[in-house]
Amino acid sequence: MSSRPSAKPAAPAPSSKVKTLTIDDRLVSAREDESILDAARDNGIQIPTLCNLDGLTPVGACRLCMVEVKGSSRLFASCVTMVGEGMEVVTDSERLQKYRKTIVELLFSERNHVCAVCVSNGHCELQNLAQLLGVTHLTVPYLNPKLPVDASHERFVNDHNRCVLCQRCVRVCGEVEGAHTWDINGRGIGARVITDLNQPWGSSETCTGCGKCVQVCPTGALTEKGKSVREMSKRTRFLPYLTMMREDRSE
Amino acid sequence: MSKVRLATVWLDGCSGCHMSFLDMDERILEIAARVEVVYSPLVDLKEFPADVDVTIVEGGVSSEEDLHKIRMVRSRTKLLIALGDCAVTSNVPGMRNTFKVDDVLKRAYFENADLNPQVPSEVIPRLLPRTRPVHEIVPVDVFLPGCPPPADVIFGALVSLLDGTTPDLSATRFGR
Repeated sequence: MSSRPSAKPAAPAPSSKVKTLTIDDRLVSAREDESILDAARDNGIQIPTLCNLDGLTPVGACRLCMVEVKGSSRLFASCVTMVGEGMEVVTDSERLQKYRKTIVELLFSERNHVCAVCVSNGHCELQNLAQLLGVTHLTVPYLNPKLPVDASHERFVNDHNRCVLCQRCVRVCGEVEGAHTWDINGRGIGARVITDLNQPWGSSETCTGCGKCVQVCPTGALTEKGKSVREMSKRTRFLPYLTMMREDRSE
Repeated sequence: MSKVRLATVWLDGCSGCHMSFLDMDERILEIAARVEVVYSPLVDLKEFPADVDVTIVEGGVSSEEDLHKIRMVRSRTKLLIALGDCAVTSNVPGMRNTFKVDDVLKRAYFENADLNPQVPSEVIPRLLPRTRPVHEIVPVDVFLPGCPPPADVIFGALVSLLDGTTPDLSATRFGR
């Protein structure tokens, strides 16, 4: 088996239909079961994302990939919005830039992201997004919530101060590892990632210790023990390979 | 043409941003040719003067002294630059913000004191309830994030501002 995940089947499945639409005034075609985000990326149009990760089911948790669709005043999360015939999509506008910046600012303000002393400094997707979107400071006040750090696991740490609630850990654990150790507890600003029935990670009966959650975490929330500032770089590219191999086996 | 009157102030920070400023090495002569440094921890002047064109602030606003100083600085400065993550985000000095001031002082001056445990009541200014970024206290005109912002970014930003153009901040970010 030598094919790579990027080498998708050349011919689409017989049932799938092709839709034509415009993205940023460019005429593109996409399979009807493709999201706007995938269609844009297939055509070299980059939309900023945070919760999205190749190999996991999109959930539209972070809303950074919002786009404008002509004919509707509301914005659509492009990762969970399928393409439609004749759709006119705008991926970049003053309004979208303003909202995206505000989302990143709110993420920084809701937890304690002290980049300078974070193990993920320099390898962090939130930090990269701030730079990409030109967030040089926050226009909303810092909340400075008091949040716990769970270091009960033998090899890993869960630092709620750095969590952005992207749910990548929840999804990779449920969808890929099949353990479903992670979940979200609470709502809105009080939401927290939890292990099992909200018990210390180290006491989890279901965690297999595979570390996939750590590798897919975009920030310094889930990390390996023993890492100092800047030392925690992550590997996320294993995911498409894993899912591809499983699809092959089930055929 | 008269020189631009430049000041730098140091609030609650580690002075690393001032060190990064000095790290521009010989290029500082290029800056020096265009500005007059009227106040700075790097020079021996005690009073913050009036009519300052540009002030660079390092550090968050942590104490009553910081608060008094930044308000006074703002009132005497045309263009205020927040330099580095402590000034921009409150950063490490802000890590105490999740604790009460009394608990912080107890930890520092009683639990960790070997000799003569007491909270200093003279000379040392009182802490505010939280360390705040500068722009939460007074309006800031330019933000240079980074811990510290690289010398190249500080130099480039100063040259841009002296030339009247918008600084390029693409080479720095929170944490840096």
